[in-house]
Amino acid sequence: MNTPIRVILLAVAVAGLAACKKEVTKPETAQPSQPTAPVSQPVQEENWTDPKLLDTKPCLVARVAYFDFDQSVVKSEAMEMLRCHGKWLSSNPGARLTLEGHADERGSREYNLGLGERRGNAVRDLLLANGGRAEQVNVVSYGEERPTCTESSEGCWSQNRRAELIYTTRQ
Amino acid sequence: MRILILLLAVILLAAPRLQAQGLDVEIIDGREAAIPIAIVPFAWDSAAMRDPTDVPAIIRSNLNRTGQFRAMPTANIREIPARGAEINMAYWRSAKQDFLVIGRVLDDPAGGFRVEFELHDVVNQRKMRELSYPIRASEFRSVSHRISDEIYEAILGVRGAFFTKIAYIKAQRLAPNKYEYGIWVADSDGYAPQRIVRNTEPFLSPAWSPDGRYLAYVSFEREGPQSLILRQHVYIHELATGQRRMVTNFKGINGAPNFSPDGRTLLITLSRSGNPEINKVDLASNAITQLTRHFGIDTEAFWMPGGNSFLFTSDRSGKPQIYALSADGGTPERVTFEGEYNAKVNVSYDGKKWAMVQGRGNVYRIAVLDRERGNPGTVRLISPGPMDESPSFAPNASMVLYAAREGSRGVLYAAAADGSVRQRLALPDGDIREPAWGPFRQR
Repeated sequence: MNTPIRVILLAVAVAGLAACKKEVTKPETAQPSQPTAPVSQPVQEENWTDPKLLDTKPCLVARVAYFDFDQSVVKSEAMEMLRCHGKWLSSNPGARLTLEGHADERGSREYNLGLGERRGNAVRDLLLANGGRAEQVNVVSYGEERPTCTESSEGCWSQNRRAELIYTTRQ
Repeated sequence: MRILILLLAVILLAAPRLQAQGLDVEIIDGREAAIPIAIVPFAWDSAAMRDPTDVPAIIRSNLNRTGQFRAMPTANIREIPARGAEINMAYWRSAKQDFLVIGRVLDDPAGGFRVEFELHDVVNQRKMRELSYPIRASEFRSVSHRISDEIYEAILGVRGAFFTKIAYIKAQRLAPNKYEYGIWVADSDGYAPQRIVRNTEPFLSPAWSPDGRYLAYVSFEREGPQSLILRQHVYIHELATGQRRMVTNFKGINGAPNFSPDGRTLLITLSRSGNPEINKVDLASNAITQLTRHFGIDTEAFWMPGGNSFLFTSDRSGKPQIYALSADGGTPERVTFEGEYNAKVNVSYDGKKWAMVQGRGNVYRIAVLDRERGNPGTVRLISPGPMDESPSFAPNASMVLYAAREGSRGVLYAAAADGSVRQRLALPDGDIREPAWGPFRQR
């Protein structure tokens, strides 16, 4: 076995372990009786108007929702992120963001423009349901014009079917 | 004779360099029934220095691209007559050519050049056409296309579409987050490309006015130089002056413009009502009429000849399909039933052929729906896929221009409308997409 393949296998094994570990720890954190954080780290009340929070809190750092092919249903894994951004918008009335809707390359460009807008609107609706106000959110569809990945494969397409949250005014 | 062969050799050596300036030529698939025609090198009878443009080579390439002709390779040509009296018909018959084109370039007493050609029917031994064109030194390419049109029409009885323009979008990724987009106009064979507008944000959907003077298109623009807020605009751009007029820039989608056959109205897609709908804009008054009302995506409208109705893409049945609607609105009628995904329809000048993108699984090909014998018509796939899009008919409906992906870049193909032959028109750099074949030009 040559070295690169061994390295890849090792990486896959580590990734697999990491994935397993994550699943194991989940039920633990759900039980309040078990200590989950070091005692020395005091639990702080989060300040939702602190500008640093937008760049540090994981659910606010996350800014992309992904979609299935020809679909605009927001997946469950994006919900926590959207709840957080909705809360940020309601806590910071001056905040403004643009939702960029994107599609993969398959099919016609103008239809994909419609699809990108539909995805942007689906995310907007969830932001509004979680505290954002309509004037804070602007939807723009790029269709298939701005792929993050340019290969013709599902691995690439799944990264391109997305809605990106871009803050134009943070607070 | 020896001098002529020497000249020929010089031209052949120069040819690859000349081609590199425009689009590469590649015949993908041939046709057995193509008409054999010989186009001999033209005599240079001018006192001026010989122009590097190889007029017969351009004509040969044009005719071959249609799949309807098979031009005799220059290397096989043993006789080079310049005038009718010099033609040895026995030779051309033995070379199994049905037609022969000869020509010469002379000085025009009024200044510039005269390009003359003769088309001879080898089988019936008669002259079919003889024409003389006064041109400027810059017009050797365009006269080659005009002669190609004459030959095509004389033999097939259908107006040629070589002396026409094509428009397309070219995108370049300059850096990870830096792009340059341009709208380009070139000759029908892809040569002589000229950029008419550029921006760092996308252009989409170029569409010709019926008179060929204007292009309508979609432009994404930021509200200011530092702004993160983008808007889509539909413009009408006058090619001769570079002047342009904004038609709409509503919130949301402003897309898919298409000029009516009389040039007075534009069908466009607007999503200002909440989702994409087809709208008609009266270009004199700017009055906008919404023609579709459905929560699905309605877009990519294309007028039928005559302007009484149009076709468009809608996913109101779940997946995108083509629908027909009266110019005044009403209830759309679904017109495509074959294929799980049909979009971006383009209609031939006579309304008989509808080209569209047809998707099946992950493969998207160009389909031509032949409506000659009425509803529902027969479907023929004319491209191999897997990522083909944006079909556009030549104004004589003989060919379809479309975009395909090769690796991570887009290229253009010209295919015979019956799918028998196709040729790649590929620029050496950049990502090319959304070709639009322009109308006939004044002769």
